[in-house]
Amino acid sequence: MARYLLKRIGYILVSLLFIITITFGLMKLAPGGPFTSERKTSPAIERQMQEAYGLNDPIHEQYFNYLISAAKFDFGPSFKYEGQEVTDIIKRSFPYSLLLGLEAIFIALAFGVLFGTIAAIRHNKASDYTVMVIAILGISVPSFVMATILQFIFSMKLSLLPIARFESFAHTILPAFALATTPLAFIARLMRSSMLEVLNADYIKTAKSKGLSERVVIYKHGLRNAILPVVSYLGPLVAGILTGSFIIEKIFGIPGLGREFVESVTNRDYTVIMGTTVFFSVLLLISILVVDLIYGWIDPRIKLANKGANS
Amino acid sequence: MKKILKVNDLSVSFETYGTDVQAVRGVSFELEEKETLAIVGESGSGKSVTAYSIMRLIDMPPGKFDGGTILFNGEDLTLKSEKQMQEIRGKEISMIFQDPMTSLNPTMTIGKQISESLIKHQNMSKKQASSRGVELLKLVGIPNPETRINQYPHQYSGGMRQRAMIAIALACNPKILIADEPTTALDVTIQAQILELMRDLQEKTGTAIILITHDLGVVSSVASRVAVMYGGKIVETGNVDEIFYNPKHPYTWGLLGSMPKVDSKGEELLAIPGSPPDLADPPKGCPFVTRCPYAMKVCRNNMPEYTHLSDTQKTACWLLDERAPQVEIPETAIVGGYKQHV
Repeated sequence: MARYLLKRIGYILVSLLFIITITFGLMKLAPGGPFTSERKTSPAIERQMQEAYGLNDPIHEQYFNYLISAAKFDFGPSFKYEGQEVTDIIKRSFPYSLLLGLEAIFIALAFGVLFGTIAAIRHNKASDYTVMVIAILGISVPSFVMATILQFIFSMKLSLLPIARFESFAHTILPAFALATTPLAFIARLMRSSMLEVLNADYIKTAKSKGLSERVVIYKHGLRNAILPVVSYLGPLVAGILTGSFIIEKIFGIPGLGREFVESVTNRDYTVIMGTTVFFSVLLLISILVVDLIYGWIDPRIKLANKGANS
Repeated sequence: MKKILKVNDLSVSFETYGTDVQAVRGVSFELEEKETLAIVGESGSGKSVTAYSIMRLIDMPPGKFDGGTILFNGEDLTLKSEKQMQEIRGKEISMIFQDPMTSLNPTMTIGKQISESLIKHQNMSKKQASSRGVELLKLVGIPNPETRINQYPHQYSGGMRQRAMIAIALACNPKILIADEPTTALDVTIQAQILELMRDLQEKTGTAIILITHDLGVVSSVASRVAVMYGGKIVETGNVDEIFYNPKHPYTWGLLGSMPKVDSKGEELLAIPGSPPDLADPPKGCPFVTRCPYAMKVCRNNMPEYTHLSDTQKTACWLLDERAPQVEIPETAIVGGYKQHV
């Protein structure tokens, strides 16, 4: 197990190196720079500023300097926000995205699995069709439409929940639901199809032939097998949601990481682009690793494959 | 001998796309204590549906009972509620399936899968159930049961999985064990071991077995009585000797003829030409009429009644009518080299 983990962490480092290299290259290829702005700065000043930030060095030197400082967890200062380190920006904005993201993941998982299971058990009956209509709506309605609809109904018409900002738990409910809609619908569909498949499996017949009640058959024998596709979808989902959604954060006025990420790109804020990308990648790679570990815990056959890969 | 199961004129159909597929059409048979009844027939003959009906494991809808009774200890299983059936399944009647590779839950240890029914039906504690599980694994011939019980199905070989399935099925000492093609998915040497085991356990536990199969070799080695099914009906039934040495139904002849013989070298295997009838629109007369080399006019429109040839053997065929021409059993269907005349 330890060997397996070490190996996986090694892969993560290699992947990170590739991600940094590609992002760095793309970023440098994009026209403009952090000090391009509508207001004309004199070429002398611009050159001086670029000199100060080391942007005049040869590109490979910049790249290696970045790699060395990144290895020391030093992502440099922001070019746009004076006196702020990239790590400060992430530290400041990530907790909002994290809290919101965890809520959204919980909602998506709980309701998605529940709806999918109900749809599968009531296959081709009214509740199945209802769930699937909701799921298709959830997948096809974009989150910003969903967000405004939720705001309109729950804040403006019913005055139940605050419309924007991030101050209390009540403030998180609407954005969390808006963020959860698409993954919820997706999980419901995944869950339904895999549950349908599992319910037709021979071992379900075996379980029934033991005289177990329908509930035990479905939850003890069915769910654990049927949830595997959902678990594998969870890896990228967790990373995607935790790093925040630019749109949702913009609509609800939440100072999260998603907003910083997108704005850093328009600003050509080189260090923030790199920092948030690396942060996002680390999150993604780690959640994929965690998902694989959970996978092995749910399905004992996978553990064996891991052992095989070790030797 | 006490009869523990009486199936009477059972009919089961499935509704698919507006038509009713009549999978089982008036099947009657009885099962005595401690005996082994084999139900043979080709795919689609209704043998598995009959077995699943006894367990009430047919999804309804699309399936439904069109009539008949299944009397177990005098009680009609077709009238039981799902809750009542749960008390019978696994405890009184249990089942093993065709493919041991897929019939065990891959995410649960063998021990847990055995314990489940013990905990449910015999109110055992987890600990008691687990030690009974070890005993059961030992009983079905799994080496090192103490370690094996904590392993997952993928750590077992195919034959061992079927042994484990048998252990699960026999956990609560059921009165009836339904085995749905228990050896079809196994290779020949393992088949022999599993059959040996079933015979052995039946002697020890006294469980009656309904063996569903299309393999007549399997039938001859374990069954005491045989029911031959075709087109949703039992066309011939009798004890093993009668079916093998004195078969009267042309379909039984066909089945026996298509069995490879020990001394058949390089000869082409015989098959029954044609295909089974469409049970969405079942024939009025004998279902075998389109494939029967001896078919007569009467066969087309009238289903023959059973002719009782002995206390145990009865056959539904117009050839046994006194007005029918005398037909001899074809050479190919003779088992064991000697020939009896019709």
